[in-house]
Amino acid sequence: MGPEGRQTILRPVRLSTIAVSLGAALLLNFVPWSNLAFAPDFVALTLAFWCVRQPRIIGLGAGWLLGLVMDVGNAALLGQHALAYSLLAFCAVTLSRRILWFPLWGQALHIAALLLLAQAVATVVRLAAGAEFPGWGIALGPLGAALLWPLVSVLLLAPQRRPIEVDDTRPI
Amino acid sequence: MEHTPPPFFKRGPAPVVRLMFFALLSMALIVLDARFRYAEGVRSALALATQPLQLVALAPAAAVRRIGTFFASQSQLADENAELRGKLMEATLAAQRLEAEAAEGARLRRLVGAAERVPGVTAAPAEIVYSARDPFARRVFIDKGAREGVLAGSPVIDERGVVGQVTRVHTLLSEITLLTDKDQAIPVQVARNGLRAVAFGGGASGLLELRYLAANAEIVNGDRLVTSGIDGIYPQGLAVGTVTRVERDATNTFAHVLCEPAAGIERGRTVLLLTLSGAAVAPPPVEAAAEKTREKPTGKTRRQRTKDARGP
Repeated sequence: MGPEGRQTILRPVRLSTIAVSLGAALLLNFVPWSNLAFAPDFVALTLAFWCVRQPRIIGLGAGWLLGLVMDVGNAALLGQHALAYSLLAFCAVTLSRRILWFPLWGQALHIAALLLLAQAVATVVRLAAGAEFPGWGIALGPLGAALLWPLVSVLLLAPQRRPIEVDDTRPI
Repeated sequence: MEHTPPPFFKRGPAPVVRLMFFALLSMALIVLDARFRYAEGVRSALALATQPLQLVALAPAAAVRRIGTFFASQSQLADENAELRGKLMEATLAAQRLEAEAAEGARLRRLVGAAERVPGVTAAPAEIVYSARDPFARRVFIDKGAREGVLAGSPVIDERGVVGQVTRVHTLLSEITLLTDKDQAIPVQVARNGLRAVAFGGGASGLLELRYLAANAEIVNGDRLVTSGIDGIYPQGLAVGTVTRVERDATNTFAHVLCEPAAGIERGRTVLLLTLSGAAVAPPPVEAAAEKTREKPTGKTRRQRTKDARGP
């Protein structure tokens, strides 16, 4: 892992943690928001997180499936989120080694760019299919989601952190 | 002899290859869904999986609402009760008048020998559970689905007018496209003089637009629009909106007419699902025949099939 202040060795991730976090993100995405433009896309954020942290477990396939679920749940064009999320997953997997070298706010900047790209792809697809442009407010959601990156990092890595307590009876 | 290194770190196909695969798959789905509407099977299968998730996600909001109603003060309830009583009186009065008018109308129609139009509309209340998280469209979901017998295409109204139309029916939920959606159209009629037009959704503006009305059409600000009923989907006479702006431009063939929807389209929670029990408009013969052939794929050639489609 990168030079994050205090170096810690993380425990191997459990698949259940990933599944539960993605399920929780889906739930959060289905919670009704008063103004859709400001609603961060929790699924995209969590997907990007696991793509960066565990590129060998979560990748394009997971992103594509999650995208389909989002499309169906929101009555969007089928394949719109699937395309955006698989592109997001690809970029996150490719950049994962680079991103982890930055401190949390630097990572958040990278994620902001990736989420904006995903949103732009979805927008282009919808515009091509004949929808009207809803205004630049749709860029606020990805930016808000990127602001949540440090919080998400701390939360989702918590199950992998070793307890700090020192075992005195151990020789090493 | 091959000189490829042994696969120490087996990682499957390269990421670019995977991206191409999934991107092409998504593109295919997009085209199938947007152009041909062939992806409905995939959609309904996936919807079965997502609905429980959605219902769970909506539970906290519903609980908060329920607690809120539990703590509603008595004076508030009394006020609301009085208001509703007043409204009921008004509605009863209007209903009585309408009944008399309808009887008179029926008598007159019998006199001229016209076929009696049977409205045959049944109504079922439903609640809007959430609006789709899609900034490009105006769609909401209601808590009634195929299990309750909702039919795709049914009109949806609230206490003031038309809200929209059921566009997709899932098992537990149904999707309603609101009148203000850019792709939604509804045949209307000016209540004052019977001028027919088609109102299209205005998208983000929340207004409706009457397109293709001649620049000299007799329409003025404040005209009430009701459904004309000529499409066989919306029953006749439901309030749609009020004309708020009419622009007549000498350089343009058509007038630019905007209207404010009558229903609380993006505000209300409770809606009424109408089901037309009378003979709904049959689908065009070509489409019906095409569907029949799609249902039971036989070894017919294309020419035979088109001959079938052209049949009665």
